[in-house]
Amino acid sequence: MTPPLTTTARRRFRAGPVTGVWRPRAVLVAVVAAVLLVLVCAVNLGRGDFPIPVVEVIRILLGGGDSADAYIVTELRLPRTLTGVFVGAALGLSGALTQAVVRNPLASPDILGVTDGASLFAVASVVLAGGAGVSGLAVSPVGTPIAALAGGLVAAALVYALAYRKGLDGFRLLLVGIGISSAAVSLTTYLLVSANVQQAGQVLTWLRGSLASRSWENVVPAGVVVAIGLPLAIGLAFRLSALELGDESARGLGVRVDRARAGVVGVAVVLAAVATACAGPIRFVALVVPQILLRLSGGSRPPLVGSALGGALLVVAADLVARTVLGEAVPVGVVTVVVGAPYLIYLLVRRTRRRTV
Amino acid sequence: MSTDLTTPAVGRTTRTRLRTEGLQVGYDDRLVVGADGGLDLDVVEGTVTAVIGPNGCGKSTLLRAMARLLAPRHGHVLLDGERIDRMPSKQVATVLGVLPQDPVAPEGLVVADLVARGRHPHQRWFRQWSPDDEVVVAEALAWTGTSEFADRPLETLSGGQRQRVWISMALAQGTDVLLLDEPTTFLDLAHQVDVLDLVERLHRERGRTVVMVLHDLNLAARYADRLVAMRDGRIACSGAPADVLTEETMREVFGLEAKVVTDPVSGTPLVLPIGRRHRERDDPDS
Repeated sequence: MTPPLTTTARRRFRAGPVTGVWRPRAVLVAVVAAVLLVLVCAVNLGRGDFPIPVVEVIRILLGGGDSADAYIVTELRLPRTLTGVFVGAALGLSGALTQAVVRNPLASPDILGVTDGASLFAVASVVLAGGAGVSGLAVSPVGTPIAALAGGLVAAALVYALAYRKGLDGFRLLLVGIGISSAAVSLTTYLLVSANVQQAGQVLTWLRGSLASRSWENVVPAGVVVAIGLPLAIGLAFRLSALELGDESARGLGVRVDRARAGVVGVAVVLAAVATACAGPIRFVALVVPQILLRLSGGSRPPLVGSALGGALLVVAADLVARTVLGEAVPVGVVTVVVGAPYLIYLLVRRTRRRTV
Repeated sequence: MSTDLTTPAVGRTTRTRLRTEGLQVGYDDRLVVGADGGLDLDVVEGTVTAVIGPNGCGKSTLLRAMARLLAPRHGHVLLDGERIDRMPSKQVATVLGVLPQDPVAPEGLVVADLVARGRHPHQRWFRQWSPDDEVVVAEALAWTGTSEFADRPLETLSGGQRQRVWISMALAQGTDVLLLDEPTTFLDLAHQVDVLDLVERLHRERGRTVVMVLHDLNLAARYADRLVAMRDGRIACSGAPADVLTEETMREVFGLEAKVVTDPVSGTPLVLPIGRRHRERDDPDS
């Protein structure tokens, strides 16, 4: 005879051979986030020189509506919003993975050097190419994202290599990441100072993280990465549940810790690097969103699907706020920094008070 | 693959489950265990072995190497005759469980979720909570008397309750061999006894083979079939508690002048340290 499990914390979810734990609160939070995301997207799509009502936008998205309006929505405005959705989802997911694997709420790809590495390479591609007299290249729609992607990956690889010493310690990873980020920021500043005014102006807009004038070229890479990254992350999450208990317990449970961690960090880095390449550095999304979603959903680590939806929601909402309240020229990254910086301070203060790292 | 908690894994045999051969383990360029030619140790099925020794003698290092948490410099660890480093780690995890010293759990993790982590070696990413898992976890909770905490976050429990939960997790893993690294640290005496009673029941009712590192010699003598006394990374002596805990080994291994009497409760040896204060007081009389 076996005693019944008297817990409501682990109800079984079953679909054929697939079993898992049914967590109603996390599912509810994800559903609410998804509904809000659709609404905010619809509002954002309706805004512009030629306003379109939300109901009409939703009708167009479902395949109906007036053909002129449909052209404006799907061809002119949808790329911007969809880029925001995918970039935000990639950042939220990346943050959730990073924080879970490093076991530290202050960890995020921003802090691990990805964002600043991407910025450095993007700025270098503009300034150095221009400086060498290769016409006034400026921010090219193809060259800059590729440079940013390369920069993010190089910086993350550097952080990983420098932090690795017979295994990967989360805290050392964080410290090395902050160091590499600072170095990248310094070099970026140097490049900006040495650039001519015209180049600097163009680069600065990119450096604030912007969704302005996005085309389907920006949507596709971000969409593909999210479409691959999300299922991959859910598969990896199984290992995360053991990694959460520390290296020794995880090894005892038969997990090859270094390999599992490298896999998770790798997925997180690619997600963040591609997101930055598509929209420039949109800061704090990867840091803030997983922690908020963790508090809403409950549990011991940030929810993956929830964080992806939350990230998308925050980026699109920030874009909407930037356009509506602050004017079309204000990049979305400015708003996320305004939201994120106080939250980072709050986390730091709370963490120091508890005297744990 | 033994996942059945209800039947003892073994009867009384003398089969060696876990063995070290010429084991040398160290950190950086310093050998902590087996510096003088390697350490050999056999752990017989269905026994409780306690590893004792002064601080820094390498007892935790030995245990961690036996649990494949540390890679040896030289020599091997054999689990059921097979080299543990050549077996898939996940397969090892179905036979051998380890409870590290001072294990960590993330904030917000509830007890049921932690104990369910013990099922990890038996799960796949698409099969994370099978009916089997649920039964075993429920039983593991009931067995240590922690079912009532199932929905509570671990950080809200007391130290003694928490340690029982960790043992539940090791139990849910369903391994024949269990390695415990100082399972009683940070606990008051009542809870130390509580935890060791649990280990004793695991051994008696479930036939588990247990190796544990213990600091308290008198409790080690009470709860272990066999003591292994270590000093400077080698085995100074090993055997039945009465053979190991003598006044002579106390002096040689621990550098401690002590009187060893028979424990009036258990009949096992009881070490009474003398210390300078009482030695000086005794001197004029002797």
